Amino acid sequence: MATPALSVTRRQVLRGLLATSAFGLTVKLGGCGDSPIADDGTDTLTAGFVYVGPRDDYGYNQAHAQGRDGLADVPNLSAFDEANVPETQAVQETMRSMIDLDGASVIFATSFGYFEPHVLSLAEEFPDVQFFHCGGLYEEGVHPDNVGSYFGYIDEAQYIAGIVAAHTSETKRLGFIGAIPIPQVLRNINSFTLGARSVDPSVTTQVIFTGDWAAPVREAEAANSMIDQGVDVLTCHVDSPRVVIETAERRGVFSSGYHASQAELAPNGYLTGAEWDWTSVYRNYITWLQEGKTLMNGGIPHLVRGGLGDGFVKLSDYGSAVSDTAKQEAEDAKAGLLSGDLVIYAGEIQDNRGNTVVAQNEALGQTAIELEQMDWLIEGVSGSVS
Amino acid sequence: MATDALGWWGVPLAIIAGTLRGSAPFLFVSLGECLTEKSGKINLGLEGTLLMGAMSAYAVSFLTGSPWLGVITAGVAGMGLGLIHGWLAQQPRVNDIAVGIAMIIFGSGLAFFFGKPYIQPAAPQLPSIAFGAWSQSPQLESALRVSPLFLLGVAIAPLMTWFFRATRWGLLVRAVGDSPDAARAMGISVFKVRLFSIMAGSFLAGVGGAYLSLYYPGIWSERISSGQGLMAVALVIFARWNPRQCLYASLLFGGAQAIGPALQSVGIDAYYYLFNASPYILTLLIMVFTCSPRRQLSGAPGALGQSQD
Repeated sequence: MATPALSVTRRQVLRGLLATSAFGLTVKLGGCGDSPIADDGTDTLTAGFVYVGPRDDYGYNQAHAQGRDGLADVPNLSAFDEANVPETQAVQETMRSMIDLDGASVIFATSFGYFEPHVLSLAEEFPDVQFFHCGGLYEEGVHPDNVGSYFGYIDEAQYIAGIVAAHTSETKRLGFIGAIPIPQVLRNINSFTLGARSVDPSVTTQVIFTGDWAAPVREAEAANSMIDQGVDVLTCHVDSPRVVIETAERRGVFSSGYHASQAELAPNGYLTGAEWDWTSVYRNYITWLQEGKTLMNGGIPHLVRGGLGDGFVKLSDYGSAVSDTAKQEAEDAKAGLLSGDLVIYAGEIQDNRGNTVVAQNEALGQTAIELEQMDWLIEGVSGSVS
Repeated sequence: MATDALGWWGVPLAIIAGTLRGSAPFLFVSLGECLTEKSGKINLGLEGTLLMGAMSAYAVSFLTGSPWLGVITAGVAGMGLGLIHGWLAQQPRVNDIAVGIAMIIFGSGLAFFFGKPYIQPAAPQLPSIAFGAWSQSPQLESALRVSPLFLLGVAIAPLMTWFFRATRWGLLVRAVGDSPDAARAMGISVFKVRLFSIMAGSFLAGVGGAYLSLYYPGIWSERISSGQGLMAVALVIFARWNPRQCLYASLLFGGAQAIGPALQSVGIDAYYYLFNASPYILTLLIMVFTCSPRRQLSGAPGALGQSQD
């Protein structure tokens, strides 16, 4: 049989097409979007939300998806979303089709790794579309004018969770499972520990870094190891706290949540948790946008940040194991943070290697740039950043 | 002292506990792959099968309330994927490695698609046997909590060795894997034997997935396997296609997963990225030390990975 090398039969073409579309279908099935929340009226604002993981992960992505769901009753707004978009070229394709096909004029890119180069290059390509990125990476003069950042000081809620944890712990050993030692994670660990040590200076926090934002088996191993070492309150900063909270509940120790409320996963041991409140943040943005304000005309600030007082973060409802004294002290601290009387990083604070990181009479407020570049763990934390 | 910190004793305890908790998925996948490769075909798609098994077990356990029904469903779902792989990989001029990679993408995509509604709900979990009930120490008691599924896997390993050595069907599988021409001359259908071997292997891999979602860590999430299926395939080479050695290798890998967190929990913070990566480093080292372009590995089925025609 002498077939020319380059002849392609009809059957081969069909087979190739079938294979390609089957591949595309499988990849696409991974994350298809919901139908828009509302689409009526002529002057509709169209906003697209992109999440890195699933909408119902009891964690980071669920918090953002709940934020978008909270926009359901806003008139003249079409807010649609896409979940499970990896921090690769895929997110550029998603954002491009949101703009080109769905007519989105506003994009909320909710994952940290979307920013560079993905959001930045799309922002150059579509100068009329506004991109809001969750993570606080915007720098004036460096990044395009149609890019904005928003982020919350969730460590305020962690500070209060630390107070509750210290009151509840019997062994005075707390455990924190972190993903990667970046400043946001370190700040949560430090604030949680500072809150706990404001109650009882003998409390220590053991830290385990898993090295990944989502590593279910390693998170379970980390939780089990710490419980074996006598830790009796566990909290974490990973994408989905579910494994940590469930393991703690199964082993009969207390847990403190993160990102969203995990109270229903641990009816006995759940104390409280540091949660995002993106609904109020997104509502605020939408109001600005519907008033005609934009990033480009200066109506919307490029950096939007806030803590408990600004409605960026909140605490889960206290669990049944939390004592009245703990609740009282937690509420006092909350009032102090709201009024500004209580500053979390007020000197003197030493790191766990004996260096002074906040001087005697120094008080670093939430906006202090030093806190954004945190690369130390405070005294009382057992763990290392390098 | 019993309820206090264990200190340094926590490290060996955590590794033992991690071995008992974490090695079952490696075990099931590697036993499945061992059976598949003995028949002369490679199935890289077991990573996708593992995810599909994890998802279908969780979904069925949630919907019916019976985790054991979930385990069986996981196996059947795995067999479905195995059927596709077994048929495709045996077509003329089709490479089984390439089909396997396609099956990873297909299996995981399918699992992610159908698994979306089951990320949040809590499904009934498999029961465990408390071998440590005699102990006063809660740590030891927890470490010795063993899933019956793991014991089943441990029992399958010697059974499979016996199957290959002493049963007619086992010899058929080996004949097909070592010399398909000879098997064909004996009147055996190479196609059928390979198809059934791949399907049975995929059944085991699916059950391994059920262990992940219904016992440890006991959730369904898209990151649940983190490459364990692929590592288990590499492990079969390390185990020289011997089911009993698959068991030892799986225990080693399960224990390696616990090293990083266990060391950090007693305050060894240096190089935790390295310790966390230990299962992957182990895989790499195995590949480096066992593979050579110049010689055939001892124990490898003669016709492994060669396409007929």
